[in-house]
Amino acid sequence: MIFDFVEILFTAGFWAATIRIACPLIFATLGELICERAGVLNLGIEGIMSVGAMVGWMAVYQGADLYSGILIAAFVGAMFGLLHAIFSVYLGASQHVTGIGITMLASSLGFFSFKLILPYSTTPPKIEPFQPIDIPFLSDIPFLGEALFQHTPFTYLAIISVVFIFWLINSTPFGLSIKMAGENPMALEAQGIDVLLVRSMAVILGSALMAVGGAYLTMSAFDAFYFGMVNGRGWIAIALVIFATWKPERALLGALLFAGLDAYQVRAQQLAGAVIPYQFFLMMPFLLSIVAMIIAAKKTRYPKALLIPFRRGERH
Amino acid sequence: MIDFRLEQREHVSPWLVFFAPIGAVIFSLMIASILIILAGVNPIESYIKLFVGAFGSKNAIAETLARATPLILTGLAAAIAFRAKFWNIGAEGQLYAGALAVTFFGTGLIQLPSFLMIPFLFLVGALAGGLLLLPLVLLRNYYKVDEVVTTLLTNFIIILLVGYLLEGPWKDPMSLGWPQGASVIDEGVLPQIIPRTRLHLGFIISIFTALTIWLILSRTILGFKIKAVGINPSASHHAGIPVIKTIIIVALLSGGMAGMAGVTETAGLKGYLTLDLSPGFGYAGIAVAMLAGLNPIGIIFSGIFLASIYVGADAMSRAMNVPTYLADVIVALTVLSVLISIIMLQFKIVFGGQKRDI
Repeated sequence: MIFDFVEILFTAGFWAATIRIACPLIFATLGELICERAGVLNLGIEGIMSVGAMVGWMAVYQGADLYSGILIAAFVGAMFGLLHAIFSVYLGASQHVTGIGITMLASSLGFFSFKLILPYSTTPPKIEPFQPIDIPFLSDIPFLGEALFQHTPFTYLAIISVVFIFWLINSTPFGLSIKMAGENPMALEAQGIDVLLVRSMAVILGSALMAVGGAYLTMSAFDAFYFGMVNGRGWIAIALVIFATWKPERALLGALLFAGLDAYQVRAQQLAGAVIPYQFFLMMPFLLSIVAMIIAAKKTRYPKALLIPFRRGERH
Repeated sequence: MIDFRLEQREHVSPWLVFFAPIGAVIFSLMIASILIILAGVNPIESYIKLFVGAFGSKNAIAETLARATPLILTGLAAAIAFRAKFWNIGAEGQLYAGALAVTFFGTGLIQLPSFLMIPFLFLVGALAGGLLLLPLVLLRNYYKVDEVVTTLLTNFIIILLVGYLLEGPWKDPMSLGWPQGASVIDEGVLPQIIPRTRLHLGFIISIFTALTIWLILSRTILGFKIKAVGINPSASHHAGIPVIKTIIIVALLSGGMAGMAGVTETAGLKGYLTLDLSPGFGYAGIAVAMLAGLNPIGIIFSGIFLASIYVGADAMSRAMNVPTYLADVIVALTVLSVLISIIMLQFKIVFGGQKRDI
């Protein structure tokens, strides 16, 4: 019996599932990370993921190709990011309330438009989602090939985004201004850089990534949209940002670790059968997120200017 | 970018404070009317249907006030927490905790005469909601674990727990396969206050709770401490206010009121616990609180108003083929437009060159 539980770890299917489950979290965590690095907590994440899942799917359902679907989801996410930025950055409104408001607006608008466009669908209609592509040669490696190199293009895009965001934050002037906007906005302004603009760009880019994370659910992980499918992944991503200490490479690690535990519990659940009710397995991601935050709490160092609105010409 | 800055207002007229939320509501309804037009129907006609659906008959009014009951309580839960800048976004979970307590104690385990049973159920419901929040507030105070995320995540955990209990050990065998809890005993059921409607005693209790919270906030030392902690925790600490203790009390009160909302729904509206007991009352409570400017008396009115949107939207949707999600859109728009109105009350927007007075 115990042997069966260990054996799960030696199946390529488990590792492939881990990566699949990690992808929406990777996009979302990176998105939240950029916002917070610039000093803005984006609680719009849950709703933006939901609307991204709906819009990307709907675009493809209406005849767009899959890649346009991703772009349309990113654009809609960016628009909600712009709205968030107008409130939280330009008007300096409470980031908490703005974020909750954006989450409520994005998800309800998504549901409203879905019902408006497809009023009579009872069983969710399906699209032809991204298909796995085998990377030449690499996918033939036993075990590793199946685990790592037989994924959909959307999955590889998630990994590429980690590299891109890592480069953006650590090696570009824009990345430096994002970090300064979150740590010491006065100093950034003293350099003649528009803090409000930098923060807004970060929120817009971050929100686009969140929406793409949502779109992964409907366009790669599944093939349909249904209400409540984001199911707390946005909130989990916020916990992962803290766990990752605001670093993209650690966000990838955190998302994979988290997804690994999730993939494991699904398989353990099948082994455990009816002994433990399935609801307790479904609780695991949420409990784990809280545990992760407690573990990270000791060394947590929030960006110094997080949650503090910046007002031009006002001395702090 | 557009060049503008915000300048602090020196004087805010009380009329402006009073009319700001009304302006925000009108603004939200105007934006939402764009969606109604997109749905291919006349917005004015739709809003009339909505209004009639919410207030057009004795039954409609009763239904609106019944819907307002949990919203007032979760609105109060959000308001008292947000005043102390304690971001409890877990009212949804705390509501279900209250409902679980009612199901545990109120379906036969304890039997008391009605005049004791009903207060007892409110007490255990409030305790359950408060106790659910207690570990999270302690984690925040002593380990700096952000309460926004933990309260949000706890909502999902509690709803899964409810799902397990209703499909498993607490499933009512009489319910023919539906996952629902056993019925609350007759002594514990909140009596109707308008015969042959669903309006129950919980509505009166929610109003009394609002008045009590208003008294606490405006007339007691605790209220003063809550205000001070919300405005500036470190200054409060230096002034000798026990910040941590105050936030714990706030959390217990906030979770307690959300738990009471679970009591009104279980022992009042439905009579038993279901998985769809709350269609997001915990989250909507944030909108209720914001619309009222976190004022407990205002929450009575904003709760009734948002309830009328939900109840009216059902009627409108049936008559006009506009998806009911319009109600959620209006509520979300209200939150955002209230934010604009708050900023406009605090600041004047000045366009043009930056003024530097060095």
